[in-house]
Amino acid sequence: MVTSEKSLAPAPAAATAAPAAQAPRRRSLSASAPTLTFIGRRLLSSAIVLLGATFIVYMLLAYALDPLEDLYASSAPNKEQLIEARIRALDLDTPPVIRYFKWLAGVLGYLIGRGTLGQSWVTNQEVTDLLASAIPSTVQLVGGATVLAVVLGITVGIASALRQYTGFDYSVTFMSFVLYSLPSFWVAVLLKLWGAIGFNDFLADPTLSTAMIVFLSVLAGLIWQVLIGGDLRRRLITFATSALSTGVVIFAVLESGWLLDPSLGMVGIAVLGAGAAVGLTAMTTGLHNRRALLSSLTVVAIGVALWFPLQYLFVVPGFNGLWVLGLGVLSVVVGLVVGRLYGGPDYGQSMRNAAITAFVVAGLIFVDRIMQVWKPYSDSSYINGRPIATIGSQTPGLNGDYWVESLDRFTHLILPTIALILISFASYTRYSRASLLEVMNQDYIRTARAKGLPERVVTVRHAFRNALIPLATIIPLDIAALFGGAIITERIFSWSGMGSLFIHSLGARDADPIMGYFLVVGTLLVLANIVVDFVYAALDPRIRVNA
Amino acid sequence: MTTPTPITPQQLDGPEHHDVVENAIELKEVEGLSQGRIVLRRFLRHRGAMASAFVLLCVVVLATTSIGWGPIPGWWKYTPTDLSPIVNSGGAPTLSFSGGITIGEHPFGQDNIGKDVFALVMRGTQQSLTVMVIIGLLASAIGIAIGASAGFFRGRLDNLLMRFTDMVITIPVIMVGAILGAWVGGANPVTLALALAAVSWTSMARLVRGEFLSLREREFVDAARVAGASNGRIMFKHILPNAVGVIIVNATLLMAAAILLETALSYLGFGIAFPDVSLGNLINEYQTAFATRPWLFWWPGLFIVTIALCINFIGDGLRDAFDPRQRRIPTRRALARASRRAERKSGVPATAGA
Repeated sequence: MVTSEKSLAPAPAAATAAPAAQAPRRRSLSASAPTLTFIGRRLLSSAIVLLGATFIVYMLLAYALDPLEDLYASSAPNKEQLIEARIRALDLDTPPVIRYFKWLAGVLGYLIGRGTLGQSWVTNQEVTDLLASAIPSTVQLVGGATVLAVVLGITVGIASALRQYTGFDYSVTFMSFVLYSLPSFWVAVLLKLWGAIGFNDFLADPTLSTAMIVFLSVLAGLIWQVLIGGDLRRRLITFATSALSTGVVIFAVLESGWLLDPSLGMVGIAVLGAGAAVGLTAMTTGLHNRRALLSSLTVVAIGVALWFPLQYLFVVPGFNGLWVLGLGVLSVVVGLVVGRLYGGPDYGQSMRNAAITAFVVAGLIFVDRIMQVWKPYSDSSYINGRPIATIGSQTPGLNGDYWVESLDRFTHLILPTIALILISFASYTRYSRASLLEVMNQDYIRTARAKGLPERVVTVRHAFRNALIPLATIIPLDIAALFGGAIITERIFSWSGMGSLFIHSLGARDADPIMGYFLVVGTLLVLANIVVDFVYAALDPRIRVNA
Repeated sequence: MTTPTPITPQQLDGPEHHDVVENAIELKEVEGLSQGRIVLRRFLRHRGAMASAFVLLCVVVLATTSIGWGPIPGWWKYTPTDLSPIVNSGGAPTLSFSGGITIGEHPFGQDNIGKDVFALVMRGTQQSLTVMVIIGLLASAIGIAIGASAGFFRGRLDNLLMRFTDMVITIPVIMVGAILGAWVGGANPVTLALALAAVSWTSMARLVRGEFLSLREREFVDAARVAGASNGRIMFKHILPNAVGVIIVNATLLMAAAILLETALSYLGFGIAFPDVSLGNLINEYQTAFATRPWLFWWPGLFIVTIALCINFIGDGLRDAFDPRQRRIPTRRALARASRRAERKSGVPATAGA
């Protein structure tokens, strides 16, 4: 039901079902003649759409923005000459339609290697340079938030669908409605108020009253018992256990001053990693699959054993993000190898589990290393014990090694990321919930149950995968939209990405950077639409790409 | 379908049984009612939607009567432009709930120069509601016109209209909204609403086209055509009423999106601008004061959230009401009661749901 809301949903007309007497069904998209024709037609119509859209935007900008505005109001003695000069410089005597084609000629020049996107007439910077500095910054900001929102949203949506018509489901539904209705600028300002100012004040004196600790524990208990469900007895046990452990953890964290000098250490990594391994195995294969469980646990052991040697590697000169990326990939490879070595009839499952666990453990080691610089970072004179930043993307003047700079980036990212997650998280929850509910009513789920498969296998192997298909069609569009930046969030947190490029240029009545901005966003959106058609056809055998 | 199925106690555990009982109850209740009545009944029974409708009504009444609408005077003693001496310390709200509700002189507080925040927020609510309603109605009308012609006439016209829709969709709404806002910037809310409506009709057009594409193949359309009905008559008298559910639900969602869009643009400074007041530009104006005068920032935000939330809930209620597959979800206790009743009458055949 929710799926119909998305205006950008893939056009059903584009991927039509073929008549019955067609060639045999193709699941993988081999480059056959119909597919090529389809790609050709799609590309052509997308190009036309993009052309039309840029034309609309160009015309709007030409009429909406008056570059002479400030000169009309000026009191300079040579006002007339200045106006004349600017009209000549910006070619304002030419009708906008012709100017559009000049701009287009500049863009199409890239096909023969000497194109131009024009330049900002206010600052005289090349638009390509402006975009080149804005895009990485936006991707950094919105990319992480999008990934987190997708993961969290799908998880919560799935949990809510599996607990349909329970208190948890209703609360999630209500929460998603509230999140839908929140104005992003309001949330962001509130986050600055509580998240930054409030939390930084709290860090100056990290103590909570007993009543507060009790309240938080009871809250955690309530959430867990609703989530796990079951009969009254089980709920009570869940409630008591989780409330008690939450209380103990909060107390311990506050008493030990962990918040001011946090670390995980070998023990923390071992415990959390083992928990992740067991939890993941229980969810995907069940604990009776010893090979999967043992391969995940082995990976955790390897990670813990490598913790100490890694500390020396982390401080070699020239350590940077590429190293981290390489180590992350390496961890996944190690996981795959361990899973393969355990063998057995279903080794693919072990490999997957071990790889995911390895990645989690690698992440924990990374987080642990970042935590080690927390105290020096927050005590440094640039930070002054107020680590959560509200403005910009880095602390100016802060010079540190890779770890300090990473931490600095995280403290700057955290608030805008939370704001973005809060806004976009609700739609993923609604999608995945609706989609899973739809799938759970299908006949093949009934068949799977009738075969006697355990409910976990039915959910994870049969329902979950199919429920992700509709989501796979909206995620490319969101990734494309990601490059457009978060106009409001970027402005509030003074982040110099695509969104603020747009807003600044609009405020300065500067049309060319806006056209550059739109060219990037529009092209990616159009391409994402094509990708969606193919992803859908590749994932759902009932849909066939047909020219 | 019409064979009566006796319900045995063994069946009572399965989920299918609940369907049967539920369907039977539902069918009996709606027997002999028109489609419109059934939808209305279901909507009235939707508690969340009804509560939201009530709250929204209160907000509308409060906003329109308190400071007056246009030339009509309201009952509130201040107008948004009045400057009065600051009564509470720093202009803090005089509204208090300790020992009964005291409204006081300035229930929502005052800003730093003594303007009454209640009057400002009411004015902003009026503007935002106006923009919202105009966008909702106008964008729906444009979307219906384009979607209906595309879906009904198909062929080249469809291709043309849908490519045009694609073009408009490709431009992010907030971007084109900001450009249009900069164009008509500082103009009155009606102009802004007209401009924004011109870009927010796309989802409606796509939905209506889909509905028309499937409905135009139905028998009643053939019957109308054989009876000599013109294209216009078939479109508006025969097909459109059948698509009304989708349209109404989408129109509400459009309105919820519209109020957020308007406030966001006003916040960015490309919407309703000073000296006019909107909920968005109130937040923009006062966001720097949130540490010292938080109420300046709280109230407008609260009203935006309330309006948007109410409309979303009403939209949800409408969707449930129009969805024929939707059934009321009985609580566990109601189910237990129903099965006890069924058990008692297990000799008597219960009617199976159609």
